[in-house]
Amino acid sequence: MVTQKFKILMVLVALLALAIIVPNSGSFVVLLTTRALCFAILAMSLDILLGFTGLASLGQAAYFGVGAYLTAVLATKFGFGLGWDFWLVVLLGMLLGAALAAFFGLFAIRATGVYFLMITLALGQCVWGLAYRWNSVTGGDNGINMNGRPAFGLDLTNEITFFYLVFAFFVASMAIMYVLVRSPFGRSLEGIRERELRMQILGYNTWLHKYIAFIIAGAFGGLAGVLWAHTNGHVSPENVVLTTSVDALLMVVLGGAGTLVGAVIGSAIVFGLREYLSTLVPWWQYALGAVYVLTILYLPTGLMGIPARIRQWRGSGKSEDSTKLTAKALASKPS
Amino acid sequence: MNTQFWIVQAFNGVSYGALLFLVGAGLSLIFGVMRIVNLSHGAYFLWGGYIALSVIHATGSWALSLPLAALAVAAIGIAMERLFLRSAGLEYLRNGAIAAGVGVLINLAISARWPQLIGGGWIQFVIISVVAALAVYALLQRISVVPIDNDVLRQVLLTVGFAFLFQQAALDIWGGNNMDINPPSEFTQSIVVGGIYLPLYRVFMIGMAVAIGIVLWLAMEKTRMGAAVRATVDDAQMARGVGIDTNRISMFIFALGAFLAALGGVIGGAFLGIYPGLDFEMLPLAFAVVIIGGMGSLGGAAIGALAVGLADNFGKALFPEISYFTLYAPMVLILAIKPTGLFGRE
Repeated sequence: MVTQKFKILMVLVALLALAIIVPNSGSFVVLLTTRALCFAILAMSLDILLGFTGLASLGQAAYFGVGAYLTAVLATKFGFGLGWDFWLVVLLGMLLGAALAAFFGLFAIRATGVYFLMITLALGQCVWGLAYRWNSVTGGDNGINMNGRPAFGLDLTNEITFFYLVFAFFVASMAIMYVLVRSPFGRSLEGIRERELRMQILGYNTWLHKYIAFIIAGAFGGLAGVLWAHTNGHVSPENVVLTTSVDALLMVVLGGAGTLVGAVIGSAIVFGLREYLSTLVPWWQYALGAVYVLTILYLPTGLMGIPARIRQWRGSGKSEDSTKLTAKALASKPS
Repeated sequence: MNTQFWIVQAFNGVSYGALLFLVGAGLSLIFGVMRIVNLSHGAYFLWGGYIALSVIHATGSWALSLPLAALAVAAIGIAMERLFLRSAGLEYLRNGAIAAGVGVLINLAISARWPQLIGGGWIQFVIISVVAALAVYALLQRISVVPIDNDVLRQVLLTVGFAFLFQQAALDIWGGNNMDINPPSEFTQSIVVGGIYLPLYRVFMIGMAVAIGIVLWLAMEKTRMGAAVRATVDDAQMARGVGIDTNRISMFIFALGAFLAALGGVIGGAFLGIYPGLDFEMLPLAFAVVIIGGMGSLGGAAIGALAVGLADNFGKALFPEISYFTLYAPMVLILAIKPTGLFGRE
């Protein structure tokens, strides 16, 4: 078995490699990676809900959207957040994401299973509807074009400098979320995922735990949105649409729910398909659809689950047993 | 804002609700019987419209396009349900279909990256596809698949995957232009009732939805098959126990749902148009219908469709800036207060 320390070391080496290799590659790679990192933060925030708490949210794009729209509206309408006050916008974005999640959570947290999916879908659609129609604030279908990135000592118009900024946010988010899921609070979230009734009997206020996890996920979703607005330079209802939420879910499941690293790998693959493959070939959506179908049918525990499945397969040799084991592994995941 | 405005808007809302009923009723039945959240439902709607366009192009008959498109999409629905959503007993066929698809994708990738390797000849194309497909098939056969029953998240993601596949296929077959289905000229006139012009086509839509609703209701309440379906909705395990073939019923219901969605696509195509992206526009609306009415209830779908149709029309006319919000916010409230919807049963 690989020890936890070794795993952390591997992640650190991978991050270091990313920080060294990407800036020395072409400008397209830098641009693509910066954007993918924003989605990686979104995917990790969803993983807190899906992987660790067992709540499959179909509206995570809403928090991403409010973060992005907040940044764009403040920058274009009030000229706010283009200097040192950028850091204030980051804080505001996280607060707004958290506040929205706190409001939405009042409706959503009591629901379970398919009803939780449906209510988060409806909440996400509410935000999308406002983004799409509230022309005077959101610019409607056209969205908002941002002009220029914040300037505070650093030259953020330089794509490489900006990459390092987003990368720093990404690493910090990952570290905070890692500490969170390893904390006693994170452990009790996992307990709720496994067996909510038992946690209630043990005296945990499971509603409050889920509510707090929902708010934390919303805050990081907002952060991802703030970064995305400056990365992309354009915010539109496209960022809040249902398929963005579904994509975020696939990112988590493809990488392996319940592993933050998995969410990052998943977001790299899904984002790569959407943004990179689509520039190469016209049939890229077949590949995206195929990844969905193959992941769900053949790789339900995700890429991070492959070593465990190979071990099972070697150990038992019988496919029947491994079906049972996978079913068991899945049963602990949300339904 | 006189009475005429209210009457016209209400009429438009009701006729839009009639269209939504066709889409929502199918989705509701599929959920009620199979417990499957089907996110490909919007794609069925879109494909119904596109296939109808092809039928009209080939035969010139609009009346013929209605049943043909709906039946074709129902067949697609059956294939999808039997092969991918409930593949017990047909694992070989499922793996074969997926392997063939992946084989063609690998081939496409090779011809995009190294065109000289294939050289445009169809023989090379077939050989590479078959070899790749066989290799993928051998791999897939070794992987055991956990059934997706009772796992809502996996159902959602699987059916979304298919929705993307349908979307791209529609783009490749019919192109990306906005197209219109033109109904016969008799339908394009208006009738005048009390000084208000009512487009005949919208009257036809309402009539069609009412007729289908009555037929469905009679079939569900008065026939043996309907009784079996209701039994499956209430308790599938018990229904199996008393000898009802629930597998056949869920196949039938899935086909019926796809049939209704496609019918909606043909009928709705005349005033919404048919264009890429319509599938994911209709999907949340169909879910709103199902949620408000209650999943698995036909009467609920009718009420839900009427509510969504009216809310959409009046929302757009009265408060255009928050019109979608006024549509989805009630959905949230109903879910929060009575998760099973107005008419749903546990």
